[in-house]
Amino acid sequence: MNTEITDSVHTVDTVSKGAFDVDWRKIGRLGGILAIGLVFIALVGMPVGLDGRLLIDPILSLGYLSLLWLPLIVGYSVGREVVLEGMAETKKGARDVVAGAAVGGLGGLGLSVLLVLVDNLDLRDPLVNWSPQLVEFLSFGSGLAFGFAAWIVIGVAIGGVGGLLHVLPGRGATAFVGAVLTVMLVAIFESFLTDVVDQLEFLYDNTGGLKVVWAVVLAVLAVAVALSGGFEKVSASRTAYQTRTGPGKARQTSMLVGIAFVALIVIPMVTGKVTQELLANVGIFLLLALGLNIVVGLAGILDLGYVAFFAVGGYTSAVLTSPNRGPQWPSWVPTLDGPGGWAIALVVTVLFASLVGLCIGAPVIRMRGDYLAIVTLGFGEIIRLLFLSDWLGGYFNGSQGITKIPSADFGTFEVKGTDPRSVFYLALAFAALSIYVSWRLERSRIGRAWMAVREDESVAEAMGINTVNLKLMAFVVGAALASFAGAIFSAKVGSVFPTSFEILVSIIILVIVIVGGMGNIVGVIVGSVVLVGVLGGPKQPGLLQEFSQYKLLIYGALLIWMMLQRPEGLVPNVRRTRELHQDEFLQDSWLRGEVDRDEAESVDAGDQLAGGMSS
Amino acid sequence: MTKLLEIDRLSVTFGGLHALKDLDFHVDEGEIVGVIGPNGAGKTTFFNMISGMVTPSSGDIRFEGESLIGLDPNQVAQRGIARTFQNVRLFPNMTILENVMVSQHCRTTQGMFGALFNTRSFRDEEADIRARGEEILGFFGTRLIGYRLEQPASVLSYANRRRLEIARAMAARPKLLLLDEPVAGMNPKESEELTTLIGKLRSEWGFTIVMIEHDMGVVRDVSDRVVVLDHGETLAQGSFEDVSNHPEVIEAYLGRPVEKRR
Repeated sequence: MNTEITDSVHTVDTVSKGAFDVDWRKIGRLGGILAIGLVFIALVGMPVGLDGRLLIDPILSLGYLSLLWLPLIVGYSVGREVVLEGMAETKKGARDVVAGAAVGGLGGLGLSVLLVLVDNLDLRDPLVNWSPQLVEFLSFGSGLAFGFAAWIVIGVAIGGVGGLLHVLPGRGATAFVGAVLTVMLVAIFESFLTDVVDQLEFLYDNTGGLKVVWAVVLAVLAVAVALSGGFEKVSASRTAYQTRTGPGKARQTSMLVGIAFVALIVIPMVTGKVTQELLANVGIFLLLALGLNIVVGLAGILDLGYVAFFAVGGYTSAVLTSPNRGPQWPSWVPTLDGPGGWAIALVVTVLFASLVGLCIGAPVIRMRGDYLAIVTLGFGEIIRLLFLSDWLGGYFNGSQGITKIPSADFGTFEVKGTDPRSVFYLALAFAALSIYVSWRLERSRIGRAWMAVREDESVAEAMGINTVNLKLMAFVVGAALASFAGAIFSAKVGSVFPTSFEILVSIIILVIVIVGGMGNIVGVIVGSVVLVGVLGGPKQPGLLQEFSQYKLLIYGALLIWMMLQRPEGLVPNVRRTRELHQDEFLQDSWLRGEVDRDEAESVDAGDQLAGGMSS
Repeated sequence: MTKLLEIDRLSVTFGGLHALKDLDFHVDEGEIVGVIGPNGAGKTTFFNMISGMVTPSSGDIRFEGESLIGLDPNQVAQRGIARTFQNVRLFPNMTILENVMVSQHCRTTQGMFGALFNTRSFRDEEADIRARGEEILGFFGTRLIGYRLEQPASVLSYANRRRLEIARAMAARPKLLLLDEPVAGMNPKESEELTTLIGKLRSEWGFTIVMIEHDMGVVRDVSDRVVVLDHGETLAQGSFEDVSNHPEVIEAYLGRPVEKRR
C-alpha cells in the first residue's frame, strides 16, 4: 500500500519550468531579509571594525567577508525546499540561479541604499557606526556611484553562485563549498594553526593574511579531494557508524572514545600557550555544561541560576586556600595552601556546594516549569549579591574579591594559571568523572525516573515516583559538578570576584547545552568546544578573537537559528529529537510500516487512503 | 472478606461546586467494582482523590485500615494503589519497556551508589525490573513485546496505548488497580478482549479493581458490584441488575419523562 502512495505522488510537481518562472514572492521576502541582515551587520560595525584583519592578502579582509557570506547562503536557500519522504524534488535549473541572483541583488541594493543614506544623512548620534569610515568601506574608496553599482553586482554574483550550487552537476557543489570553506577556515584560524604547528607560518605573510598562492593551492587541493569523493567517504563512514547496532558499534564507540582521549592528552603537549589556554577554558565550561545537562537535559529542571553553584565552588575553595580571604573568618577555618591542601579544600567545597544546592533546592523544587526557572534565576543573582554585599564583606571582601589564591598543589603535580596545560588536564580528569557519572545515572533507575519526571511530572508522581526527592537529587548533583568547575576556576585565575559570576555565565552554559544537544553528552562536549572554544566564554577569548566584541550577537543569532532549524541541538539526543519532531517521526515510522494500527481500523483507513489516492 | 478500601463521608468542593458529596464507598479484597454515572458525575474526581492528586475537603479514605488523607500521590502508589488515566497519559518519548520499568520505581531500592559503581545488586535489580516489565507486557499478547520493546510509546495505536497504560499500572505492583475508562475508544472486538483480560487481572494477578466505565456491556460482564454516581452523590449500589433497574439511575441517564402538555 505504501508503494502505491509514493508512486502516485511521484508524478506531481516534476514539470520543469522556464528560467524566469520563479516565485517572486519568496524572492522578495528573502531578498528583504537579506538586505536587512546586511544593513544590520554593516551598522553593527563588523565590516569597518574587522577591515584591518586581512584574510587573503591583499584581496579579502574579514570585514568584507562578514558581509559576503550572507548572500551566498540566502541565494542558496531560495532554491531549497522541504522534500517529504515519497515526494519528488522539483527539477533544478536556470530558475534557481535567477532566483539566487535576484535575492542577492536585492540584498546588495540594501547596502547600496545604505551607502547613499550614510553619505547624505547624519545619524551618528544614535548609530555609532553611521560613519564616514562606513562610506569609505562600502564605496571601496572609489566614489559613491562605483560603490552603489558594485554592491548590486556583487550581490547578484554571489547570490547567483548560491543558486548555482543547486545546478552544479555531480560533486561540483561539494567541491565549491569545500574549497571556499577550506580557504576561509585556514585564513580565519591563522593564529590557532600557527600556534599548534609553528611550521605552518609559511602559508601566511606578515599581516597574518593567507598568501594568494597558497589560497589557490588550498582551494585546488580541496576541489581535488571533493572530486575524488573524499568528503563522501567521510560522511558515508559516519552514517555507517550511526546506523550500526549491536556489539560492533559498542566496540567502535569505545575505540573512538579511546582515540579522542589519547588525542586530548597529547594535543596540549605539542601546542602553544594560546591553544592550551583555550582548552583549559573549554574544560572548565565543559564541566559546568555537563552538570547543567543533568539538571536540564535529564531531569528537565530549567535552572537559570546555575552560576550560583559555580560561584559557591569558586568562593569556598578560595576561602579555604587563600591567605587573602576576608578578615572575619574565625581561626578554626584553616588556610590549606600547602601541598595536597587543594584536594582537601575540594572535598569540602563539593560537600558545601551540595549542601547549598540542597538548601536552595528544597524550598523551590516543588515549583514547576517557568516558575522554577524564574526562581532559580533569582537565587543565582542572590548568591552573587551576597558575595558582593557589605554585609558579608568581612568574609568575601565585597567587590575586591578574594585574591592570591594559590595554585592547586598535589605535591608531584601542580596546577596553576600560568600553566594552562595543567589546568586543562585537571579539568579533563573531572570532566571524565562527570561524564562517567552522567552516563551511569542516565542508565539507572534514577535516570529513568528523571526522564519520567521530564515527560509528565504529575503522572510520574502518580506512578509512585517521589518527584520532589528526585528533582532535588538532580539539582544537588548539578551543584556538586558546578562546584568542581568553580574550584578549578579559582585556582586557575588566582582570584575570584563577584563579577566573574554574572547571570551571563548561566545563560552561556545553558546555550552550550541547548546548542550542543540537550541530554546528550557528546552534544554537550561539541557545544562547549564550538561555543567556548571557537567563539569564547563570557570573559574568555575564543579562537575567533576578532569577533570577541560581537560574541553575544553571534551567540544570539546562533541560538535563534538553532531554535528554528535544529531545536534538538548539534548532536541530538534521540528522545529529544523525537519529542521535537514528533510529526515527522510518526510520519516516517508510518511510511516504514512501524506505526501500528488497531486491527479493524487499519483495514478501513487503508482502504480509504488507497481509494483517495488512486482517484 | 476484608475491606481493602473504605471511604467515609467523603466530600470535595471546587469553589462552590460539590464535585463529591458525602460519598460512602468500600471495596473488598478481590472485588471488581464498576463505577458508572453520567458525564460530570464526579467519577474521575473520585479517582483523583483516592490516588492523592486531589485533597478532599472532608471525610476519610482508608486503605488496609490506614488513612490516605494527606499523603502525596507517590506515597499512595507506594501503599499499593495504581491507576490509569481517562485521557491516556503515557511517557510518550520513553520506550514501551521503559514505561513499565519506570513505574516499578517505588518497588525498587537501588540508589546512586549502586548506579555509579555498577554493583552486583544494582545489576541484579535492573535485570529483575526488565524481566518483570517484559512479563507484564506479555500479558497483552504479542502486541507490546518483541521489536516493540525498544520503540517509543508514541508510535502505539490508541488501543495499545490503553493496554500499555494498564501494563504500566500493573508494574507498580499495586493491590488495588484503578482503571479509568479502560475500553474507551476501542472497537467492540477489542473491548471484549480487554474485558476478558480485566477478569484475568483478578484471577491470575490477584489485583482488586475499581473501574470507571461507560460501556455497560463491559461493566455488566466483569463487575461484582456497581456504584452509580451523579452530581457527586451515590445514587445506587449493588449488582448490575439491581442498579440498572433502579428508577433514579434510569432518570439520571435518560432524564425525567416530560409531563405531557395538553
